[in-house]
Amino acid sequence: MAEALLERGQTLLELRGIQKRFGPVQALENVDLTIKAGMVTALCGDNGAGKSVTIRTISGIHGPDAGQLYWRGRPVNIHSPKDSSHLGIATVYQDLALCDNLDIVQNMFLGREPTKFGSLDEAPMEKAARKTLADLNVTTVRSIRQPVASLSGGQRQSVAVAKAVLWNSQLMILDEPTAALGVAQTSMVLGLVRRLADQGYGVMLVSHNLNDVFEVADRIAVLRLGRTVAQGDASEFDRQSLVELMTTGSLSGGRTIAGAPAAHGAPHVGAN
Amino acid sequence: MATSEQGVSRTDIEQHGAVVSQVAFEEPQTTGAAVLAAPDVLANSLGDFTSAWWRRVKGGDSGVLPVIVALVVIVVAFELQDSLYLHPSNIINLINYSAIFLMFAMAEVFVLLLGEIDLSLVYVAGISSGLVAYGVLAPLNLPWYLAILLGLATGSVLGVINGMLIVYLRLPSFIVTLAGWIGWQGLMLFEFNAIPGASGGLSIKDPVLTVLNNSSPGLSPIESWIVMAVLVVAFGAYLIARHTRRQAEGLAVPPMSLTVLKVLAIAVAGVVIVLVCNANRGVANIQEGVPWCILIILGVYAAANFLLSRTKFGRYVYAIGGNTEAARRAGINVGRVRIAAFGCSGLLASIAGIMYMSESGGINTNIDPNYVLYAVGAAVIGGASLFGGRGKPIHAILGALVVGGVYSGIFLMSLGADVQYIVVALVLLVAVTVDSVARRGGGTSGGGKSRFRLPAFLHFAKSDSTHGRRV
Repeated sequence: MAEALLERGQTLLELRGIQKRFGPVQALENVDLTIKAGMVTALCGDNGAGKSVTIRTISGIHGPDAGQLYWRGRPVNIHSPKDSSHLGIATVYQDLALCDNLDIVQNMFLGREPTKFGSLDEAPMEKAARKTLADLNVTTVRSIRQPVASLSGGQRQSVAVAKAVLWNSQLMILDEPTAALGVAQTSMVLGLVRRLADQGYGVMLVSHNLNDVFEVADRIAVLRLGRTVAQGDASEFDRQSLVELMTTGSLSGGRTIAGAPAAHGAPHVGAN
Repeated sequence: MATSEQGVSRTDIEQHGAVVSQVAFEEPQTTGAAVLAAPDVLANSLGDFTSAWWRRVKGGDSGVLPVIVALVVIVVAFELQDSLYLHPSNIINLINYSAIFLMFAMAEVFVLLLGEIDLSLVYVAGISSGLVAYGVLAPLNLPWYLAILLGLATGSVLGVINGMLIVYLRLPSFIVTLAGWIGWQGLMLFEFNAIPGASGGLSIKDPVLTVLNNSSPGLSPIESWIVMAVLVVAFGAYLIARHTRRQAEGLAVPPMSLTVLKVLAIAVAGVVIVLVCNANRGVANIQEGVPWCILIILGVYAAANFLLSRTKFGRYVYAIGGNTEAARRAGINVGRVRIAAFGCSGLLASIAGIMYMSESGGINTNIDPNYVLYAVGAAVIGGASLFGGRGKPIHAILGALVVGGVYSGIFLMSLGADVQYIVVALVLLVAVTVDSVARRGGGTSGGGKSRFRLPAFLHFAKSDSTHGRRV
């Protein structure tokens, strides 16, 4: 559990040839994905590209039909959400899974409260929660004893992320963290994503929003119709190429992008 | 190659990024209803506290304020009608009578917090207090404490059965406990038929059981002062010590002046209660001193409050009431907590049954099933929510005093049950309206999905596991 974080750039999680079928629907055909410590990897794709299924495979909600996951270089099988969180993977879904009526500390420790003589031991909880929030530079909340209901959308997102950090996660999967947020709040959350990566955590950002992707991502992976069509350093992508890859799966004009070996207009990733 | 295009785009984005980061961390202050934080966690001084509290009141979450105002209005209105209203004998009578549905109301708080309800508690109380009476009478002749233990155990088991049916059959608690209302009533009739010589009721003469919820005898006036002083000093010292310890550790604390005010308020309340209780309230003979029922209420309140606010179980009850799915994902065994909460509810109902039996000198099959409705009403009037996640044992006490106060006043005015029922119904309607408006208005950015939802006790669980459900 308490493994040290990997050095920046070392591979934290790797998916090779992941396939998943739901009845007649081939949700994932061939997903390859590399997530590195200390970096933000953006997972991009149009609706139906397989982003959600990929997240759910990593977080153990359903196992893959074929393919292999590697955690810190060793092959692992993730059968349940518990397996996933044992490895150190935390998934922050869009709904955040926070209890509005509980305060920040109570939410961050929910399900793992320390006790002393049978009663809750509040002091260490409050200290640890405060330290984690301070480390992540989440400073806009007025009191960590205020109920989550009174927080803004960005603050709620921050609390959900801080909860994952508090519990020794090494990889945070953030599912559309800015979808419901305004400009200032989005910026606050993206700042948090950046700091997470800078502190050595692996971050996988699932987003539709290309502004977000280009603002924080170090690496980009593009899914289309259940396949990885490209992945590589963010600097290799631009807005136009990313949109093209998301919508057609290939690049026009003979351009190439690392990690997308078959993207020279090759027929099997072209329009079909 | 796309270098030029790429360059342009990146610059674009960097500019965009720069613009965005200029406005970063200027959190737009959420408006009105969103300021829900408990005022004491935000305030550094009493002035801050008052303004934070006032913002919260304006936002619709006023805590115990409305019920205390209601209580004052009721007392003043009835006292103007009849000066006997605040006579010590009437106050103690009112407390004796209210103690019964006060306990039922605390029982309901445990399940209301989950968004559930238990309609069967009156008959849970009937069955268990029937066993208490059976225990102290011949042929068993158990000592009173063993009989009470037997009653409490029975109430807990019946509550747990209610909870298990709800959790394992995945049925709404409204329906299961409606069946319980009828079924436990049947079991109670069976019980009183089976106990030889009971013929529908048992009278008790046990000297302890009969004084638990009676006007007298209680503590002597001297003992009353001593007990009150010890309780106030101990509790005050605890509050101050906790405050200074938390402050020393750098934890969030309310302003010291507030803690001191709280201690003073408790001291004043203690003195007032003892003064009222120590005045002679007897007619033919002298009756004075604090009756046992006040100490029992305080004890049960302290235990319920500890359980709900200082233990994992209590924390999980609130979590499940606030967001069941989040509680489940946090690894909480939701079913087990719900069953345990129903068990607590049954336990408190059996205490209510014992209070009822003590007040009326026995237990029979005619126990008023309306108690459970007053109880839910009292809890909601006091400030607990039918939607789960909000409510404290103190709300049950305050709400029960409102209901009891209305009853007592109407009784003194020689008005009948017709008026009693109608007035209590109106008070309850107002309380439920406040609850549902607070629910609708109180949601902030993230909580919009809970609008217009039904209380959980009317929900049928989905057949598929929600474990892996994604948004």
